Amino acid sequence: MGNDIVVVCEGDAGRLKKYSLELVAKAAEMATALDATVRAVAVGKGLAEALQVVGPYGVTRATAIDAPGLTGHYNSDAATAALSTWLQQVQPMAVLSSTSAHGRDYLPRVATRLKTGFISDAIALTVTDGRLVARRPIYAGKALVDCVVTGSPQMIGIRPNVFGLPAATGGVATVETVTVEIAPPRETIREVVAAAQRVVDLTEAEIIVSGGRAMGSSDNFRYIRDLADALGGTVGASRAAVDAGYIPHAHQVGQTGKTVNPTLYVACGISGAIQHLAGMRTARHIVAINKDADAPIFARADFGIVGDLFTILPILTEKIRKVRSA
Amino acid sequence: MKIGVLVKQVPDTATKIVLTANGRGIEEGNVKWVMNPYDEYAVEAALRLQGPLSAEVVVFSLGPARAVETLRMALAMGCDRAVRIHAETPLDAFATGNALAVAIAASGCELVFGGKQAVDDDAGQVLQIVAEVLHWPVVSVANQLHVHAGNDGITVHRPAAGGVTEVVELGFPAVIGCDKGLNTPRYPSLPGIMKAKQKPLTEQQSRDLLGGVSPHVVLQQFSLPPDRPAGRKITGDPENVAQQLVDWLHNEIKVI
Repeated sequence: MGNDIVVVCEGDAGRLKKYSLELVAKAAEMATALDATVRAVAVGKGLAEALQVVGPYGVTRATAIDAPGLTGHYNSDAATAALSTWLQQVQPMAVLSSTSAHGRDYLPRVATRLKTGFISDAIALTVTDGRLVARRPIYAGKALVDCVVTGSPQMIGIRPNVFGLPAATGGVATVETVTVEIAPPRETIREVVAAAQRVVDLTEAEIIVSGGRAMGSSDNFRYIRDLADALGGTVGASRAAVDAGYIPHAHQVGQTGKTVNPTLYVACGISGAIQHLAGMRTARHIVAINKDADAPIFARADFGIVGDLFTILPILTEKIRKVRSA
Repeated sequence: MKIGVLVKQVPDTATKIVLTANGRGIEEGNVKWVMNPYDEYAVEAALRLQGPLSAEVVVFSLGPARAVETLRMALAMGCDRAVRIHAETPLDAFATGNALAVAIAASGCELVFGGKQAVDDDAGQVLQIVAEVLHWPVVSVANQLHVHAGNDGITVHRPAAGGVTEVVELGFPAVIGCDKGLNTPRYPSLPGIMKAKQKPLTEQQSRDLLGGVSPHVVLQQFSLPPDRPAGRKITGDPENVAQQLVDWLHNEIKVI
């Protein structure tokens, strides 16, 4: 086993994801305590140039992993085979990655090939006795648990966007491209269908405006969309609104939907069932608008308005538009 | 053909989580146990293929004695037989996946469904680990699926970041993780519940299946997230309350 910490980066359209860069910087900061060297890697075509950006964040050695069978599109089999083959050659002490949609899919597979453990969706990382300790939410964030990987390498996936990005320094990264041999993938990607309309991933949204059952109809969700547009935010919903058929499940926030972490969360006509609160409790600022003064959501809200949604939302939307265009 | 379904018994999502005094687990005294909500979609997915593929549907669960309730629920929905894998101590995803994979291999299943994650530990790993141990391909999250004419493979829709859908084709054998939206799970009928009592439910020991494979992740300490201090709550003239909120957004938290 070497003393490398490998940070698995992701890219999109030839650019490294911001959350990957944040993870690179975090690893560089922890490297001293672990007496380790950090290496950045990315799996897939066309990311060698994108990896240059890790230099100013304290990582000078980067590797773009290529393999026959890797294309511009994610393929679970190919990504699993390429990364695990390379990691078997490198034998690092730790592998850090992001639990994005793709990360959640293939990193447990990589860990199994390496016969080690994987901790998914960590929100904090510390070092105790030379080992990484990951804190992760369980029960959709109603509780937290600190855990360690006793196998080798220590593989930990970090929830995207939980670390900030420190100031860049002047470092320069050397990027090598390595081609590994892999078995032909068994899954065929027949098609990659873009979202019908602009959908910002809720888990990455900075501002979310959510509607609950009190919206009453899918048509009335226009009040939510209008407010979200005015704020430059994304539309969310409670399970009750999804189950009533007002809006598709992709918008659901809560224990059987998305766990979100925005700067501002505006809950409209949402009573605040424990399953919903679990999914949005880490929002930095929470606003609640509800007719029922006793709704549990108010106990979590920084700013609550007791009143009629259908009167207040249009006025609020208009006022926000004015402020933002001023 | 045989189809496997993996289910887990978890606390109902309305459960308020209370930690044990030593902080090494949760208090289970007042917990209402249910089938993991995502596993309901997996059971339904298997049952919809039971007739068309003339398939036997075998439901598996690794857990303590009470997990039998969840297996009976799956049998009442229509699964043909059940296997409970008893674990004396909680296992991590790696050991759980290994034990389940060995049991699945012995059962002769060629297609396995499970919920995309369990809503207790939220790890979302066991299906991928099962697939790797079996050397099968896996789609860990699917919200649409159809079996090819000729029954030689399956096409699924895998949701990715930003609202993108990946249309993925796999041959059999395969493991598929089920998401909300895949189908509408049935409720067990009264005759179904009666019949479930007669259906075979066998038990295996995890240590027999694991043959020396041990966990690789150790849980050290549980904690509860800090409570948020209560904020302000206002009511009154709509124009006025809307203005106060705009002022707060603009001047205090500065998001607009």
